Amino acid sequence: MMSTDVPDAAGSPAAEESKPFDRREFLKKCGLAVPIVLGVVRVPLLEAQAPSNGDYDPSEHLYGMGIDVNKCIGCGQCVLACKTENDVPLDSHHFNTWIERYVIRTDEEVEVDSPNGGLDGFPPMASEGSEIRRTFFVPKLCNHCAEAPCVQVCPVGATFTTEDGAVLVDDEYCIGCRYCIQACPYGARWLHPETHVAAKCTFCYHRLVDGLVPACVEVCPTGARLFGELEGRATPLARFMRFNDLQVLKPHLNTKPKVYYANLDGEVR
Amino acid sequence: MQGFIYPNEYELYWGLLIVVYPYVTGLVAGAFILASLERVFNVKEVQPTYRLALLTALAFLLVAPLPLLAHLGHPFRSYEIFLTPNRQSAMAMFGFVYAWYLMVVLLLEIWFDYRKDLVLWYRSETGWRRWVHYALTLGATDLSEKSLKFDDKMGRWITIIGIPSAFLLHGYVGFIFGSVKANPWWSSVLMPVVFLFSAIVSGIALVLIIYMIASMLRWKPVDMRCADKLAVFLFYAMVVDVSLEMLDFIHRLYESEESIGILTQLIQSRLFISLVVLQLVLGALIPLTLLGLTSPALSKEPIFKVPDELRRLIYLGSAILVQIGIFSIRWNVVMGGQLFSKSLRGLTVYRVELFGLEGLFMTMALLALPFVILWVLVKVLPPWTEDEAHLPQPGAGTDERPSATLP
Amino acid sequence: MVRQPAKPMVRLPEFRSHKLPQQVPRLAAVFVLAAVALIAARSFLVPDTFGEMGHYRAAAIDTIIAHPKKYAGQRECTLCHGSIMEERLAGNHRGLACEGCHGPAAGHVANPVEVKPVIPSERDHCPRCHSYNPSRPTGFAQIDPVTHNPLMPCVTCHDPHAPEPPMVPGSCSACHGQIASQKAVSHHATLECVTCHEAPDEHKISPRAVRPGKPMERAFCGGCHAEDAESPQSIPRINPRTHNQQYLCWQCHYPHFPETS
Repeated sequence: MMSTDVPDAAGSPAAEESKPFDRREFLKKCGLAVPIVLGVVRVPLLEAQAPSNGDYDPSEHLYGMGIDVNKCIGCGQCVLACKTENDVPLDSHHFNTWIERYVIRTDEEVEVDSPNGGLDGFPPMASEGSEIRRTFFVPKLCNHCAEAPCVQVCPVGATFTTEDGAVLVDDEYCIGCRYCIQACPYGARWLHPETHVAAKCTFCYHRLVDGLVPACVEVCPTGARLFGELEGRATPLARFMRFNDLQVLKPHLNTKPKVYYANLDGEVR
Repeated sequence: MQGFIYPNEYELYWGLLIVVYPYVTGLVAGAFILASLERVFNVKEVQPTYRLALLTALAFLLVAPLPLLAHLGHPFRSYEIFLTPNRQSAMAMFGFVYAWYLMVVLLLEIWFDYRKDLVLWYRSETGWRRWVHYALTLGATDLSEKSLKFDDKMGRWITIIGIPSAFLLHGYVGFIFGSVKANPWWSSVLMPVVFLFSAIVSGIALVLIIYMIASMLRWKPVDMRCADKLAVFLFYAMVVDVSLEMLDFIHRLYESEESIGILTQLIQSRLFISLVVLQLVLGALIPLTLLGLTSPALSKEPIFKVPDELRRLIYLGSAILVQIGIFSIRWNVVMGGQLFSKSLRGLTVYRVELFGLEGLFMTMALLALPFVILWVLVKVLPPWTEDEAHLPQPGAGTDERPSATLP
Repeated sequence: MVRQPAKPMVRLPEFRSHKLPQQVPRLAAVFVLAAVALIAARSFLVPDTFGEMGHYRAAAIDTIIAHPKKYAGQRECTLCHGSIMEERLAGNHRGLACEGCHGPAAGHVANPVEVKPVIPSERDHCPRCHSYNPSRPTGFAQIDPVTHNPLMPCVTCHDPHAPEPPMVPGSCSACHGQIASQKAVSHHATLECVTCHEAPDEHKISPRAVRPGKPMERAFCGGCHAEDAESPQSIPRINPRTHNQQYLCWQCHYPHFPETS
């Protein structure tokens, strides 16, 4: 199991001040900078957009996510990465993203579980039922709905949809009434036990503006999660959306999710 | 826990306090609607309870926002609801519906109704009472005939505006739940209507209880014409309320949507006591039977003629059962909607905490508070007409009133 | 509601009656006061950036963006670790991110000398993805960690930056990897692809235009599975004349992973 420790120096201003560090300086010293530049080594799939130079314009983007259920191996790397990246409490009741395991037996009995959100992977199934007909993992997260019920019900405007399509929460403005949590059909929201405000997946908005993909997408080993532009561009997500039959969760609620599933079983809700 | 729930559903996000909130606003709306009966529809029999009902409504309305406030993660940010209300949010309208109802309807109606008395008290009294009553007149001490006529006219108009406002106040609370499409237990177009009629039921029952107990404490006879009339109204309102609930129930059962399986499980296990036993049998069927048999509701003469003393007792008992039933309705709506997973695959449990802002004691305190406020209001604005010298010493029994009505 | 005044009522002089009843200006004053208070409070308390972009505080986005990153992203790794990166991108772990195994490395990027990312070498790291779990998609490389070379660290045999399955993909499994790895753990593991499929050479040149054949007769499977077939006794048998005659065998069974029972 990998360590979840985040080095203290990770971008904390105090550390940077006390020990000013210039990466270019370091590269020069190592003598490595000459042959290796970005163009030589191909970095596949893992960029939300071309690296920006600090002037990010949200009106030029519209983000979404694609999830191929057939590729998810239930390793839980995404859950761990999300908790680490976003300082989500490490207990088993607060998740921005989690993985569900579905076991559909020949007698149509459906078992679903998500031990610790899938953070530690999935132990062998304990229960003895009839024979398994289908079984698979389904990653879940906030669907960043275009018609988000949580945004609709927030009484004060503390949760909102950005121009580029992310549904975010304003920690300093949320009054903690929890109406948004009730309104979310997907169970994607939770109340932060320390700050007492609503919390949720942000699509790692702080990474997007720097051209990085969300942490869960970054670490997904099988490419089950794809992130990118929804509109018109040639991106891995656009290709994914062209070549798969797509479904969204609970379409009858007309929330217009922007997380698209390929190979989703009808039992998933 | 049973079956599968989404990991984030482990915690129930709305607790006891949110059960109290619709219960209390329901009492407000119900008490006000009862008061308007006398004023607008000229039901003379219930006139002894007119002012009492208004003060009861005010006492409960003042308490209504407190459970919400105590429940907020950041109570000190609650003012944002008034500053930047999200017009798409059902909850954002709370501030405005509440302010409208408190400022424009209830306070104005009470003010116009009491102004003449306030001026008279101020003129006849000494000490702090004199100044309190003077301040309450806002300096409008004109008691000319024209002026009093104006009071009466305005009071009437406000009541006419007040009835739809009371409907709005509680219908709106129902809408907060009924409009959550993510939750099949809540999402129903009937929800505001059911809330409204259960509010009327609870309000009438509450005023009946307070009227009887207050009369007892004041050593005054209960006006049986008034009590009978209240019982009849209570009976009719309950018939409508129970019919609406049954309609909702049958409609769900007949449509048998995706959620029917888990909701059936919910009723059979988690809600059996609070829904079937408390809400339906104790809170509706028994009082309906008792009132139907002993009050003059079904015919001019009651089916069973019982002596006044027994009838009073039956009315009081029925009204208390009704309160238990209505509190159960609120519980079943608020908690029921959270006890099953939105994955429709499992049930969870609610763990009541005793202490803390959202605990049982806080709830009890909030339910007792309106009676304390009512006691103060009755001292400052006596709703009855005899001289205060004849009143029994206050206190003693007053504090026990809450426990008599709390389910 | 008739209340007897304690003192005789003092009539106000007639000239004091206004055109408007006295109540109106008094109440109006209260309401105006409340309205003014609300408007004043609004101008003080509504945050500056509220409503700039929508019904929310635009400054909130800056706060959210300022959240420190823990995962630096592959682009950063490439800058220094290009050769390992190139090796990895050529192999079966090409889809993995460095930080998937080595953990969040933003700290290392900021301070490469003092902060070092983890190098997982324990045996329980790889099974996170590669231990057998029936819910995993078929074809994904899985082992049983209990029986698979117990106690040996995975890196003794496998290079995590360029792991190879025990056998280099043959001519069929190069394209049909999923089928091959599934078949490899099935009862049909020993059968060659061409035992059942006719695969003309043109199929390798234009795979969609020239397709390999499938057994189109029940007798083909019956060669091993019929009651009277000359094949090892352990092979399951059926009577081809009574066993669901209307179907070809593979319409119900999946020959690459036939049912065990």
